[in-house]
Amino acid sequence: MIVRILGEGQYDLSDDAVSSLNDLDATVESAIEAGDEAGFRAALRQLLDGVRTAGAPHEAESLAPSDLILPMADATLAEVKDMLSGDGLIPG
Amino acid sequence: MSMWQRISLIFRSKANKALDRAEDPRETLDYSYQRQLDLLAQVRRGVADVATSRKRVELQINQLQVQSDKLQGQAEQAITVQREDLAREALTRKSGLTSQITDLKTQQAQLQGEEEKLTLAQQRLSAKVEAFRTRKETIKATYTAAEAQSKINEAMSGIGEEMGDVGMAIQRAEDKTAQMQARASAIDELIASGALDDATSLNKGDDISRELEAMSSQSEVEAELARLKGGSAPQAIEGGQDGGEILAAEEPAQTQTSESKDTQ
Repeated sequence: MIVRILGEGQYDLSDDAVSSLNDLDATVESAIEAGDEAGFRAALRQLLDGVRTAGAPHEAESLAPSDLILPMADATLAEVKDMLSGDGLIPG
Repeated sequence: MSMWQRISLIFRSKANKALDRAEDPRETLDYSYQRQLDLLAQVRRGVADVATSRKRVELQINQLQVQSDKLQGQAEQAITVQREDLAREALTRKSGLTSQITDLKTQQAQLQGEEEKLTLAQQRLSAKVEAFRTRKETIKATYTAAEAQSKINEAMSGIGEEMGDVGMAIQRAEDKTAQMQARASAIDELIASGALDDATSLNKGDDISRELEAMSSQSEVEAELARLKGGSAPQAIEGGQDGGEILAAEEPAQTQTSESKDTQ
């Protein structure tokens, strides 16, 4: 699977690696729902570290879209909320 | 649906919207390529803008550092002539500058980080735009309406995602830089207006400088005299007594300073 960390680029991850990171993704999401900024940042950092560790950088010249996309490392909770609502920072 | 799936879906739908703009799929390719080149130019400008802001902050750090070193020198000088009051004043002003310098250094590091991020974004986008150009030419050369659309969709969604990512990085860098520029402008204005000098003592500092100069010229005279007499060590002790006289002599000078300040 191709996972993109916004602002960093794409990584190739095995399906197993992705499913083992799903829990962390869920933690990030529940922190967002709870409005827990500190928890959100900590969980996001763990998740991104997990992707970087388990993944290998995807070929630079590839035009393949990512299967999964993650917020940038310094994203705030508010930014990610905007992103998820679809009318945030993502330029159309 | 998990967070990372939702974000990727939103990206894809944005990329798809961009796809619907031209009737002939081949035009879509050219149109998109043009947008990619525009975006590349925009990232380059972004890198240059952030670098300009960073250099400006560095210049301010240097200016304030010079000022701070000067105050440190004045404090040391004041101590050697046993004027703890002047030394204290100089150090107080210096501590105000120190916190500003620390703040500016944080900004400098942030701008440096943004600059590096955008430079990497530029490299990534550049590689994909070049790949897209090759793909575009291949699709156009072997164009058959039936298979074109799916190939185009494939190429477009990949590049569209990269463009969305880079676009966001530029926007964030601009927002951050704008905030810092506002603060940098405020500091520039303060330096230009001389208001900061009051706090940091360029003008007002002259009262410290003037007193120190008066004293040091006094002590230079003493030292000179001592040399002429053929001895120098005892004069240092007399310096303290001279300091007392100067303190008295400085009283009217200080009033003048505050008067002239009022009229400024």
